[in-house]
Amino acid sequence: MDKGAYDVATSSTVIDTNDTIAKRWRRATEEPAWIRVTLITISLIFVALFLLLPLSVVLYGAFEQGISVWYDAIRDPDAMSAIRLTLLIVAIVVPLNTLFGVAAAWAIAKFEFRGKPILISLIDMPFAISPVVVGLIFVILFGSQGWLGPWLSAHDLRIIFAVPGIVIVIAFGTLPFIARELIPLMQQQGKEEEEASLTLGANGWQTFWHVTLPNIKWGLIYGVILCNARAMGEFGAVAVVSGRIRGETNTMPLHIEVLYNEYMFTAAFAVSSLLTGLALVTIAIKSVVEWQEERQQRLAAA
Amino acid sequence: MSIEIDHVNKHFRDFVAVDNVSLTFRDGELTALLGPSGSGKTTLLRIIAGLEQPDTGRIRFHGEDTTDLHVSERGVGFVFQHYALFKHMTVFQNVAYGLTVRPRKTRPSKAEIKQKVMRLLELVQLDWTAHRYPHQLSGGQRQRIALARALAVEPKVLLLDEPFGALDAKVRAELRRWLRRLHDDIHVTSVFVTHDQEEALEVSDRVVVMNKGRVEQDGSPEDVYDHPANPFVYQFLGNVNLFHARVHDGIARIGDVQLPAPEFQGYKNEQGQAYVRPHEIEVFAGREHSDALHAKIELVSVVGPTVRLELRTDNSDELVHAELTKHRFRALGLAQGSDAWIRPLYSRVFLPDERVANG
Repeated sequence: MDKGAYDVATSSTVIDTNDTIAKRWRRATEEPAWIRVTLITISLIFVALFLLLPLSVVLYGAFEQGISVWYDAIRDPDAMSAIRLTLLIVAIVVPLNTLFGVAAAWAIAKFEFRGKPILISLIDMPFAISPVVVGLIFVILFGSQGWLGPWLSAHDLRIIFAVPGIVIVIAFGTLPFIARELIPLMQQQGKEEEEASLTLGANGWQTFWHVTLPNIKWGLIYGVILCNARAMGEFGAVAVVSGRIRGETNTMPLHIEVLYNEYMFTAAFAVSSLLTGLALVTIAIKSVVEWQEERQQRLAAA
Repeated sequence: MSIEIDHVNKHFRDFVAVDNVSLTFRDGELTALLGPSGSGKTTLLRIIAGLEQPDTGRIRFHGEDTTDLHVSERGVGFVFQHYALFKHMTVFQNVAYGLTVRPRKTRPSKAEIKQKVMRLLELVQLDWTAHRYPHQLSGGQRQRIALARALAVEPKVLLLDEPFGALDAKVRAELRRWLRRLHDDIHVTSVFVTHDQEEALEVSDRVVVMNKGRVEQDGSPEDVYDHPANPFVYQFLGNVNLFHARVHDGIARIGDVQLPAPEFQGYKNEQGQAYVRPHEIEVFAGREHSDALHAKIELVSVVGPTVRLELRTDNSDELVHAELTKHRFRALGLAQGSDAWIRPLYSRVFLPDERVANG
């Protein structure tokens, strides 16, 4: 009995000591409570003011006069044409840049060649140049006064102020997204698995399909989503090359601007809410993909 | 299937990786390519596999020139240091891969593939892992799966690039004995690269020692260890002590110790270096032999059953390393700081290069 009581007493003392230590002891990277609270409050206010407020303003403005007004604004022929054009462009540009991005990342990550750093810088260029300048570059190239203009008009081809021009500038502007996403991923993975596949008798295409692609799947989807979001929202370059022909070469962002300039705020907000909605869906998919990728990596690391 | 390497050269920019190497690996033999890092052993292996192109020279499998054959058509099994298993496939899919990517005409049926894969998994004693993913296995298990995957395509030759390099010491030792037994069963011509001399000596039928892109020696493990062709091989295969020696008429003298050096019959008063392995040095507590060298014990380290001594002789700045059994060490009653007498039992003398031809 005595011995048992003694044991209990000792163990409770030990717990007490641990508690005191835990109270006083702070992790090396941890800050005092007041600093933490202040920093978190500032960040939350910032997020609310600059992200949540504009989003709710768009949605409020769109639905302020009821769902039927919103629906009419969307059903407007010009608006419908803008939506169709935007979706068409996304349908052309995203697959194009997926192809280019995978090819460029493959070349850069798996092979050694002269001028590789130059190629990497070139891929980054569309990020660095202002979209308006990009638009002007293509006007100079393909416009009626441009270098290739006379040849194009002689063959009855229209690029500037037409859909091909819009596709070209958007493809240019979104070119880096997928390549940039894949290059570090593929570099990190090295080429041992591909070599293993080749020694087992697989040809290049089989190796790409069965080994390379599954390994970059999540990164590729992430890049496609980013590329897609940017392709839908691109404004500056499109504004220069499209000629803003209503019902013909106006994409959704351009159409919104037109409506806004004509004081048709509700219609502008209605189309904006649609574009925002598409963006939100994209972000939701992106989050799911990120979450999936994280899980994948956790599994791989385990 | 024998492999013939005929005057192969390979350089990367300024670095010469493989320098005019000619070798023949005999049918069914397990050969170790042994050398320090940067000696060109891995490059040579990759050239045999077709993962690298030689600058000049030919590779022949059983007399048939395969130099220009693509890696996927060469019929080699390659095992990588870091396993290179396909992460997103199960163990079963990994092993079956080489069969499933075959063109329809030569592809076995699903049932045949399944049977073959399970047989291979049994061979590497991992049939219970078929539905797991590589990340759920230990390093040693992964490497066995990689080996099963390489064997699934019935390769003509099996090439292993530091197959146990990423594993810890105990697993390594187990796995290399296992590889030896496996090779005795399947008898496919195999070449494996290693920088671990113990591994090379234990596992292989034949050891090829490489340095700076060149073959330094080529022979049986015993031969290479007991009769190193040159100072590099001597130093690379285990620890070694260097003594100044005087060679005269087939006798090498280290201090007062006289050792036979029959290969230098007819040489007169040549200065050379005598190479003596630590376990080939006798240690005494007293001056029992008139020719033994006096030394002081500077350090005693007990490594399991053996005791390693660092001794300093009277007339040398270099430390002498000696190795003896713990039993013998105890019997001598030596301790750190005490006096000891040492006598080399066997040595191999190398003369400076320019003196060799003069005999």
